[in-house]
Amino acid sequence: MSRGDDGTEVREVRVLPAGAHALLVELADGQHAEAFHAELLRRRDRGALPGVREIVPGARTVLLDGIEDHRCRGGRVPTARDRLARELVSWTLPPLRREVRDAVEIPVVYDGPDLAEVAALWGVGVDEVPALHSRTAFRVAFCGFAPGFGYLTGLPERLHVPRRASPRTRVPAGALALAGPYTGVYPRPSPGGWQLIGRMVDPAALWDPGREPAALLGPGTRVRFVAAEPVPVSLPRTESCR
Amino acid sequence: MTAVRDGLLHIVRAGALTTVQDAGRPGWAHLGVGRAGALDAPAARLANRLLGNPPGAAVLETTVTGCAVRPGRTVVAVVGGAGSRVTVDGRPVAWGAAVRVPAGAVLDVGPALNGVRGYLAFAGGLEPEPVLGSRSADLLSGLGPAPLAEGDTLPLGEPAGEPPEGEGPTPWPGAPAELVLPLHLGPRHAWFTAAALRTLTTAAYRVSPHSNRIGLRTEGPALARARDGELPSEGMVLGAVQVPPDGRPVVFLNDHPTTGGYPVVGVVPETALAGAAQAVPGTRVRFVRA
Repeated sequence: MSRGDDGTEVREVRVLPAGAHALLVELADGQHAEAFHAELLRRRDRGALPGVREIVPGARTVLLDGIEDHRCRGGRVPTARDRLARELVSWTLPPLRREVRDAVEIPVVYDGPDLAEVAALWGVGVDEVPALHSRTAFRVAFCGFAPGFGYLTGLPERLHVPRRASPRTRVPAGALALAGPYTGVYPRPSPGGWQLIGRMVDPAALWDPGREPAALLGPGTRVRFVAAEPVPVSLPRTESCR
Repeated sequence: MTAVRDGLLHIVRAGALTTVQDAGRPGWAHLGVGRAGALDAPAARLANRLLGNPPGAAVLETTVTGCAVRPGRTVVAVVGGAGSRVTVDGRPVAWGAAVRVPAGAVLDVGPALNGVRGYLAFAGGLEPEPVLGSRSADLLSGLGPAPLAEGDTLPLGEPAGEPPEGEGPTPWPGAPAELVLPLHLGPRHAWFTAAALRTLTTAAYRVSPHSNRIGLRTEGPALARARDGELPSEGMVLGAVQVPPDGRPVVFLNDHPTTGGYPVVGVVPETALAGAAQAVPGTRVRFVRA
């Protein structure tokens, strides 16, 4: 299925029930899932969606959970859910925007422990990895794993890499990591099997529940990584004066 | 012991696992933030109602072994959910009804006599700092107040409403002798063999002792897959019955992950999950087509 500038119909779509108040919409691939998610948000913003509590994109799906229905016929399946299920297969999806204009810029230092392995998998020199990665226009496809962890797509297929054979028991907060089609930044220390190519200069910016929005990398956010020079580690002045 | 005159609730004995819970944190699943909230939601709501609290006021949820607390000022409290022996400074008081706890007295909730999760509600509710609109502890994502430890304190809210008057005895559902879970098939039932789907709705499963706030794990016959391979991460709903590689169904409870990669064979309606919160390990589980 191809997609031109004039958009495309959502043909290869399957609508699966996920309980009485939710639908799991499965698209042909991640690209279409991202475009479908964007279309859902557009329709919600202009009030053209029934009340839905959660719109949760996945790798190839979008979950619509908590579909409001005030008119259940005699306790049978809710009508709003079924109406929506019938309607959304005929939607037309405008092409996905992935350009770097207005993208969130994330300064990173490309000095991860798996840099050499990724360079080998890519067939380039270690010093070429930062340029290849930072010139990519990324987009957050979906979140999961931990609050504020975004699965970013945009790397061309030839730059996809497998997970590490043995996961690390601890990956530090801010680690910039690759696995399959995805790039991600660990919001907090955790075990992890992704290949680490660098670290975010200010990992605290990823997730702050007191901020609006709480997540820097919410679904649909366009992202560009900017190579930063490593900051030399120096002792704070108060320490050195003692 | 000198009474502590303050607006705090002091944790004297934290028990196996005691957390702050309210109506939860819906609406943030797209950021990887789960629902959380009281597992036995009707019990938490009922405890609040008996105190004149809003239904979503924050309460304590205990697990199996109860807990003991000492309020810094006189409060009215209700202990509900799992049945248990309740004392104030060692004297037996009513379970499942409003009791007055004087400033500095110890309210002790004994081990669950039936069920798993007890609820301690206080007139005015508990008021730790909310995170994304909720005071619930989410044990998977680490949001909200950490599980309580001895010596912790929590701010008590100001009572706003009056307890309802003239109500008769309150019906608290006990722990189920058998947990019957209605099941809507899908979204991924096609990943399982027809025989596995028959097994799911006819075999006797039992509640596994490895169950927690993330999911009710079961012991019983493994469900055979009709297709191999991994499922790309997809959104998960509360009540989803996920089948990990060992083939034993797991019913997702409030702290479930927002996305997952194991197939969901069916979904249990939220209204049936209060029983799952109170079913003790070993309880027989039957899945029936909804």
